[in-house]
Amino acid sequence: MRITLGLDSTSLSRRYPRLAILATLFMAFGLPLGLYVAALAVFPLNTPERLDAMAEQWLGYDLAGSPYRYIVYTAFLLLVAFIAVNYTAVFGGVSTWVERRVAGRMQSRIGPNRPGAAGFLSWVADAVKMILKEDTIPAEADHLLFRAAPYFSMVGLLLPFVVLPFGEATVVTDMNVGVFYVAAASAFVVVGILVSGWASNSKWALFGGIRGAAQVMSYEIPAGIAMMVPVLMAGTLSMQGIVRAQGGWPWQWFVFQNPAAFVAFFIAVTASLAEGNRTPFDLPEAESELVAGYHAEYSGFRLAIFLMVEWANMWIMAGLAVTLFLGGWQVPGYGAEDYARLLGTGLLPAPGWFGLQLLSMLMFVVKTWALVFVFIWLRWTLPRVRVDQMMSLCWKYLVPGAFLCFVVTLVWQLLVPPAGVAFTGYALTALALFVLAKFAVATRRNISKVAGHRVDLGNW
Amino acid sequence: MGYQFAAVLAFAVMAVLFALVVLMVGRLLRPRFPNDDKLSIYECGERPVGSAWYNFNPRFYLIALVFIVFEVDIALTFPVVVVYAAWIEKGLGFVAFVELILFTVVLLVGLAWAWGHGDLEWIKKLSESPRKTDRSGLVAPTARPGV
Repeated sequence: MRITLGLDSTSLSRRYPRLAILATLFMAFGLPLGLYVAALAVFPLNTPERLDAMAEQWLGYDLAGSPYRYIVYTAFLLLVAFIAVNYTAVFGGVSTWVERRVAGRMQSRIGPNRPGAAGFLSWVADAVKMILKEDTIPAEADHLLFRAAPYFSMVGLLLPFVVLPFGEATVVTDMNVGVFYVAAASAFVVVGILVSGWASNSKWALFGGIRGAAQVMSYEIPAGIAMMVPVLMAGTLSMQGIVRAQGGWPWQWFVFQNPAAFVAFFIAVTASLAEGNRTPFDLPEAESELVAGYHAEYSGFRLAIFLMVEWANMWIMAGLAVTLFLGGWQVPGYGAEDYARLLGTGLLPAPGWFGLQLLSMLMFVVKTWALVFVFIWLRWTLPRVRVDQMMSLCWKYLVPGAFLCFVVTLVWQLLVPPAGVAFTGYALTALALFVLAKFAVATRRNISKVAGHRVDLGNW
Repeated sequence: MGYQFAAVLAFAVMAVLFALVVLMVGRLLRPRFPNDDKLSIYECGERPVGSAWYNFNPRFYLIALVFIVFEVDIALTFPVVVVYAAWIEKGLGFVAFVELILFTVVLLVGLAWAWGHGDLEWIKKLSESPRKTDRSGLVAPTARPGV
């Protein structure tokens, strides 16, 4: 059976070349920007008090005393969650395109370039294709668990977004146990991996599933201890509180304020790479030994959910590292009093407040994307480690290293005065800039050493 | 507070709804032509041998045990870590410091014990097995890297 819709994308874009470019631009900028603006418009209102005040002022309706208030609150929370789930889906899709383009560039090939300008719409095409694919469930699998597994992964992906701060006011709720909550909620993904591996009744999937469980569990330990370092420095578990304890300039970030935090940042990023099953730690789905690991038996959109969770998890990994160590949404030159001044006392803040909020979201998004790029580069640079290497890296290097960072931070907090912390900030920032410059020079030298090769930033 | 719990619940519900709705929509669009070969479990093109629901390697169990010890430690350390800065301001910094160090040292002793005991080694050495004292002159087979 063949369905022809007369919408062959190649012929369509050949007939109307501008259409392809317009569609690409709309998807590339309109969709994420629309979601950010929606988040900025909706997330700050997300408390019962503000909803009550809004209904009172604009509709003249006494929501707080109304019997329907819980229905309104629930509907509003579901709207907030709807924006977040769309954001994960769009980010998961766009990051697969970015990853494939970067991989193509790094391996001297083109990468996807057919649907849309520069192949940008290939992630939309992938999603449409995945929905239209036949969804097979092996006859001998555990049908109930097999169907349930993607839901566990999806819940584990979406839950950390409840506390992940996108901007000064753009956070769903600012829990006082934020960091702890993220560590607990993101571990939910492994339940999906374990359940899918077990339910498939396939040897490959079983090995992938239990490997995934052992790996994610092991790397929870160094990640958890390394995350204690910024908590020690900020004195709070709230994500917004940790960001507010930092500043906009690099020397005010936690990563540069304390040598132990500098090390803890790398431990936390390595551990979160392993927790997110990214190469070099993608052992649960190592295709060279386990076919596809825990999702070997999955097809159609159930498979797409697992892949989306894996890619969208990069945003949580990177966003968490940016929040805890790299200053989060802090804009250089703007302090807490600027936000308070622009917010004013009225129900609607001044337009300048929205501008500042967008600026703070931009800071967070740019830093997080930069870290996501680093994750992608790592994937296409490093080979996959072996299982025993992965386990000994965790237990013999990262766990003692994280404990050392923890103890050094305890001593540091006790003994070093604020002037010493400020000096360390400048010194470590200078050191990081120096290392980056050396790295760039060495890369350039290594490339131009080969006859006929040169640094070329043009042909992407 | 209750509103924050409700937010978590709403996100969990929305995550389930997202997957459910897309799969339901897909059900209306996708083909469905199952046959025995298609529904068999993949095992490199051969007929699958037996079920995959068998006992797996106890190494995973050991790792899980060590994990529980450390995870409980992290759960118990976080509250003290949060108030550490406040205690330093109150002049009680050294009390909190000694408490945290004691707790950490107990755990590090545990880590050292598990390390020395060989529970952190993924590849078990067969040379430690009784076969080592076998005088037949046969070399013990080398351990394979694990599953």
